[in-house]
Amino acid sequence: MTLAQIVFYLLAAFTLVMAWLSVSARQLFRSAIWLLFALVGVAGIYFWMEMEFIAAVQIVVYVGGVVVLIIFSIFLTNQSGDDMPLAGIRRRIAAALAVLFGIGFTASLVAGQSFTASTQVFDNEVSRIGHAMLDTGVGGYALPFEAVSLLLLAAMVGCIVIAMKDGGKEKINSAATAAATEQNQQ
Amino acid sequence: MNYAQFAAFILLLPLLSFVVLGIWGRRYFPRLAAWLGTASMAAVCALSLYAAFRYFFVDGSVGGVFQPIIAMQVPWLEFGYKNLSIDLGLLLDPISVMMLVVISLVSLMVHIFSMGYMKGEERVPTYYAFLSLFSFSMLGLVLSVNLFQIYIFWELVGVSSFLLIGFFFTKPSAVAASKKAFIVTRFADLFFLIGILIMGIQAGSFDFGMLLQQLTNPASDASVAMASAGFLGLSALTWALVLIFIGGAGKSAMLPLHIWLPDAMEGPTPVSALIHAATMVVAGVYLVARLFPAFQLDAVAMQVVTWVGASSALFAAVIACTQTDIKRVLAYSTMSQIGYMMFSLGVGGQGEAAALGYTASMFHLFTHAFFKSLLFLGAGAVIHFVHSNDMRDMGGLRRLMPLTHISFLIACLAIAGVPPFAGFFSKEEILLAAWQSNQVVYYLALFTAALTAFYMFRLYFMIFWQTDKQYHHHSEGTWSMKLPLLVLAALSISAGFVPFSQFVSADGRAAATHMHWQFSIAPVALVALGIGLAAWLYQRQNDKPARLAASLGSFYKGAYRKFYFDELYLFVTHRILFKMIGKPAAWADKRLVDGAVNASGDATMAAAQAIKGWQSGRVQQYVLVFLIAVLLLAAALFYWLV
Amino acid sequence: MVPVSHILFFSTALFFIGVYGLLTRRNMIALLMSIELMLNSININFVVFNKYLWPGQLDGVFFSIFIIAIAAAEAAVAIAIVINLYRSHLSVDVDDAAELKY
Repeated sequence: MTLAQIVFYLLAAFTLVMAWLSVSARQLFRSAIWLLFALVGVAGIYFWMEMEFIAAVQIVVYVGGVVVLIIFSIFLTNQSGDDMPLAGIRRRIAAALAVLFGIGFTASLVAGQSFTASTQVFDNEVSRIGHAMLDTGVGGYALPFEAVSLLLLAAMVGCIVIAMKDGGKEKINSAATAAATEQNQQ
Repeated sequence: MNYAQFAAFILLLPLLSFVVLGIWGRRYFPRLAAWLGTASMAAVCALSLYAAFRYFFVDGSVGGVFQPIIAMQVPWLEFGYKNLSIDLGLLLDPISVMMLVVISLVSLMVHIFSMGYMKGEERVPTYYAFLSLFSFSMLGLVLSVNLFQIYIFWELVGVSSFLLIGFFFTKPSAVAASKKAFIVTRFADLFFLIGILIMGIQAGSFDFGMLLQQLTNPASDASVAMASAGFLGLSALTWALVLIFIGGAGKSAMLPLHIWLPDAMEGPTPVSALIHAATMVVAGVYLVARLFPAFQLDAVAMQVVTWVGASSALFAAVIACTQTDIKRVLAYSTMSQIGYMMFSLGVGGQGEAAALGYTASMFHLFTHAFFKSLLFLGAGAVIHFVHSNDMRDMGGLRRLMPLTHISFLIACLAIAGVPPFAGFFSKEEILLAAWQSNQVVYYLALFTAALTAFYMFRLYFMIFWQTDKQYHHHSEGTWSMKLPLLVLAALSISAGFVPFSQFVSADGRAAATHMHWQFSIAPVALVALGIGLAAWLYQRQNDKPARLAASLGSFYKGAYRKFYFDELYLFVTHRILFKMIGKPAAWADKRLVDGAVNASGDATMAAAQAIKGWQSGRVQQYVLVFLIAVLLLAAALFYWLV
Repeated sequence: MVPVSHILFFSTALFFIGVYGLLTRRNMIALLMSIELMLNSININFVVFNKYLWPGQLDGVFFSIFIIAIAAAEAAVAIAIVINLYRSHLSVDVDDAAELKY
């Protein structure tokens, strides 16, 4: 077993454990922290795959943006210290069965396929991504890029409108605006 | 010379007057409304007289034969079946021009009379609006170029008659009468419509000219189709004509569809003069005359027309002898006279009297319009004076209302058929036509003529002679009520001298007037007998009529109760129609039809109740169901289907 | 070298952990977190397929980038809604916001 393999399995195990803790923790704030680690683990997987740009985006947006936003909202809804109520036992059993079936089914499908990795070198330099991002020709992503920028603008306005409904809380506005603006800068 | 222009004006002026008076009359010119309506009617009358002059003396006759003139015709509805289409147009021919004159003259007189009669009523503009609507519909009816157009105006006439009968809508009896008139005539119109449809489908045309031309040619497609199709042993032509005649009988109050006419007297009296004496009720006669060449082809239909007309004439005359309501007597007399016109048309189809019956019927229609509207207007003046419809409240009025007395007397003489008044000439022609083709009908008609003289003079003597009663009112009426009486009295005297057969005949050719003085002896003698009997019984107040009635016993009672026709209808409608058909139908409607509808509604509600729990609003439940469904579908797709 | 399928097993497991959270959590913010986990697993798949199966293209990478951008926007809007709901219902329990039924 090579070092790369060991690193992958360690990262994967770490991420899955963190994710599991995140969905099972009884306290919301802790859950958010476990989520933070899980997202960092995913970023690590990206690094392991030599996808530095995606990994960087993952850390900046998720770890730095979304999770911070979530923690903010946890504080705003003022329940950080309490244990969250559990779902009903029947619901949990049904969910577990469905999930296990889903995992088994998907895994069997994946195992049934023979994915052979291409030997071609994958060139994912940031400059190439940047050029493709703003390319209007074939394989270019200028139009989706603009569409996403419009979406972010709409989300920003929408956040302000929703949050300002009765008097408005400046914090939420600014939080939402911060996230959107941050994203826009990508 | 453009007929279309002023023929269209004859129709448009009353319509315009109806719209203007109906919409703005009560608010903006309540006092002027009567003058406006009368002025527009006067213009129509002048135009009609001018049209008659142009038609009869200038344009109408081509080589001695009067040709129909289509003044205007536009296709309105095309069926795409056998070139069937409904056109709207204006037809001028001898009878329609004659009707124009009659309608517009009588209508003008009624308009003028109403100015005095309706004085003080609150809804005078509405009244004049309705009168204009009626005039428009009636003029449109006579000018129609095809069966469907005549049906449209037919219904319009029915509606305006309904509105006018029910004009005093606060009186329950007036409301009931208007409903009765509408429903009975509407019921008859149903048959009329079926007849029209049979005619249209079999003959392929609604147009009068086309229809009659096709039907009178035995080799044409229409005639073949008419003769070949049949039902219950009668040909399609017979069915169509009889059904159309039923429609006409409904409007013309022929037996047994007459029950609405006496009740229709609840309307204002001038309205009765216009609608229920001179114009609308003769629409049925006009319709049969319009289709006369087709009726001539069919002996069965002609027999129906003859016997319905003759029996109505006699039946109504008998009832008229017993009634005490002045307007009801006149209503039954109208029915009787229209019966005369009908059977005159009916006997016109047979034998050498073919042309004579037709001309006689139209002639009687013409003269009857004047003296009958005069009788009604006179009765209106009397009712206005006495404030009662009942003859027993009247008496001795000849000194208080001299002018009304004289004009009423003239009208009575005219309707009784005393020479040389108008009714004499037309009635003589009818009797002659009957004599030449059907002796039984002739004797019936003769007897009816005597009865007519009797009941008219009974009416006359009871109103104007006998002892005086106490009256509050001591003025005979305004000039606007007197003028129409004078004009119509003059017409009742002179109308008989019109050489009618020169203008109106079945084939359009001028015919010689048939007058045999020997033939007139029997009718005139019988009329004199009738008048003498009436004078003996009623000129002075005495107990002879009561003793006569007592000696006649149940026959008198039956006639007084109008031979129980109303009761019979009530029995049929309430006991049989309502109970046997209406109630089960209502039950089926309520239980079965509504039940099915309600059941489907209830089933929907129950299903909704059962499944609404699925729509719990709990997002996670949705997600779980969604997930399971997606997984199962995907599994099915991958393992079993591929 | 790690086989591609092992990375896919990993992302599958991550996805269904998110699903489990989505089904069993009742706090709306926790639901949002579960959704973020699911989105991450999808991102991993896109990147893996791009890198190992079609290295000549960049489409998977772009999909990941756009998903991240949209996820951020979605999180912002969702949290605005949650906060608003909290103001009106004084609760972030997903079952307390079940007015949208029958």
